[in-house]
Amino acid sequence: MNEIKEIRLHGRGGLGTVKAAESLVYAAVMDGIYANSIPFFGFERQGAPVTAYLRISQDPIRPKNRVYKPHAVVVMDPTLMKAVDVFEGIRENGIFVINTALDPKQLNIDPKVKTIVTVDANSIAMEILNNAITNTVMLGALIKGTGWVSLDRVMDKAGELWGEKNRQAVMRGFQDAKVTNL
Amino acid sequence: MQSFDVMNGNRAAAIGASLAKPDVIAAYPITPQTPVVEYLTQFVADGVLESAMSEVESELTAMSMVTGASLAGARTFTATSSQGLALMYEPYFRASTLRLPIVMAIVNREMISPQTVWGGPQDSISVRDSGWLQIYVEDNQEIMDMMIQAYKIAENEGVLLPINICYDGFYLSHMTEKVFIPEQEKVDAFLGRYQPNHIILDPSRPMAVDPLTNGELLMNYRYLHLEAQQNALQVIEETDKEFESLFGRSYGGLIESYRMEDAEYAIITMGSMTGAAKEAVDFARQNGKSIGLVKLRVLRPFPKSKIIEALSKVKAFGVVDRNVSFGWNTGVIYQEIKSALYESGQFMPSIPFIGGLGGEDLTLDMMIEAIETICHASESKETIWLTRE
Repeated sequence: MNEIKEIRLHGRGGLGTVKAAESLVYAAVMDGIYANSIPFFGFERQGAPVTAYLRISQDPIRPKNRVYKPHAVVVMDPTLMKAVDVFEGIRENGIFVINTALDPKQLNIDPKVKTIVTVDANSIAMEILNNAITNTVMLGALIKGTGWVSLDRVMDKAGELWGEKNRQAVMRGFQDAKVTNL
Repeated sequence: MQSFDVMNGNRAAAIGASLAKPDVIAAYPITPQTPVVEYLTQFVADGVLESAMSEVESELTAMSMVTGASLAGARTFTATSSQGLALMYEPYFRASTLRLPIVMAIVNREMISPQTVWGGPQDSISVRDSGWLQIYVEDNQEIMDMMIQAYKIAENEGVLLPINICYDGFYLSHMTEKVFIPEQEKVDAFLGRYQPNHIILDPSRPMAVDPLTNGELLMNYRYLHLEAQQNALQVIEETDKEFESLFGRSYGGLIESYRMEDAEYAIITMGSMTGAAKEAVDFARQNGKSIGLVKLRVLRPFPKSKIIEALSKVKAFGVVDRNVSFGWNTGVIYQEIKSALYESGQFMPSIPFIGGLGGEDLTLDMMIEAIETICHASESKETIWLTRE
């Protein structure tokens, strides 16, 4: 991993999108590399689309900007596909991580995407957490699709922030995520 | 060995302020500064910070309260943004003319109207002539370190002025990255205690404070205040060096020059935009352009000599302003740089840029475009607005 890896996370207010990005920064730093994350939201309210930008690199990261050409995009809630252009600027051979119960073939995916990671995060979150807050499950799926930060570090941070069940939710996201290369 | 943690800019500000052990903190929450107040309240509740912490009912009260506390000899801290700063303007000006070394973080947010909560330093830049010192930072480590240095600079006997540490709302306040945390014992030794003699409300040392004063005497106060601002130039540089010797990090003092040694052209930046601009300088250098960057760290006092020296060999320069100067059709920093250069007698083409207002991004592409324009400048130009295509 020589160049900066850029990730864009799409969520809704209340889904823990910003905290998910911060957990990844924490994991990267504890792995001995560098990362930063910047959230972008309008007036803070539950349910409104939220975007978080993340950079991960072997070297210190100077830009304090949004991400315009992501290597990977994470979608925490499938209904966002109708509200936001989640593929905007995605790079060739991009990685697309989505919360869905559908098969990748049933999704309308941008041709630049090479790797699709699908996971039914709603069902897993309902089963483990008894609510549909999907951020920790999606973290597991992202790590499975990219390997850019270590699973253990993210599990530890999720456990510290939200308790043991969310630690397990990261693991289940990792285990259940289906990686399809196009 | 300094520990480190992963944190956003607001947390870095709160921890930095806590390390200085302020006696009194008074603050009122406003986006994007709110988490600073929340963190400090939490530190006090957890018993790790022993400050008297007041969540007041307005910014006007926040500044009034730290003014009173500082008059009584306390080390103080507060923080605000945009409309909050506007609301505290009356005691804000008075805090500096009373020569009280209050430290206030300004989490830069655009001024309304139209309604906005996003970033832009129009708030603090608009009050630059209120007698406070103002420092603008680039990343979260610099926020942390400058919160500590702020007390050292403000409380210096030759300065005794309040100080703002200004950082961009959202792009820094809500940006998360790794930050080293200076050791408490070393910070204690670095700062010492605040022991005022110049102004103090102390029954055992009676002193008339702020009586009705005639113009002749008031002019003397202003003369000394201007002199204290000039003294701060050297104190900021010395504090940077002393901080480096203890904690291993230097920010260059008044300005930071990046790849300026042999540069024929210069781009001037301030705040969080600097990171993208440095990337753009590296990109332009790879493409054969002789460009360097000057980061303005200190707006008040204005580092005139440093700017003249840094730009003494360039053929042209440009300034990226994330603010506007109404009536000049440029940003504020552009005007101030030009004022400094007038004294040097060197006049070269210059280009004012405006961008990034109201939380808009100043992207790598915009910085590359700005550098391209600067490197082809043969005459001064009208303001160029950096906007999305």
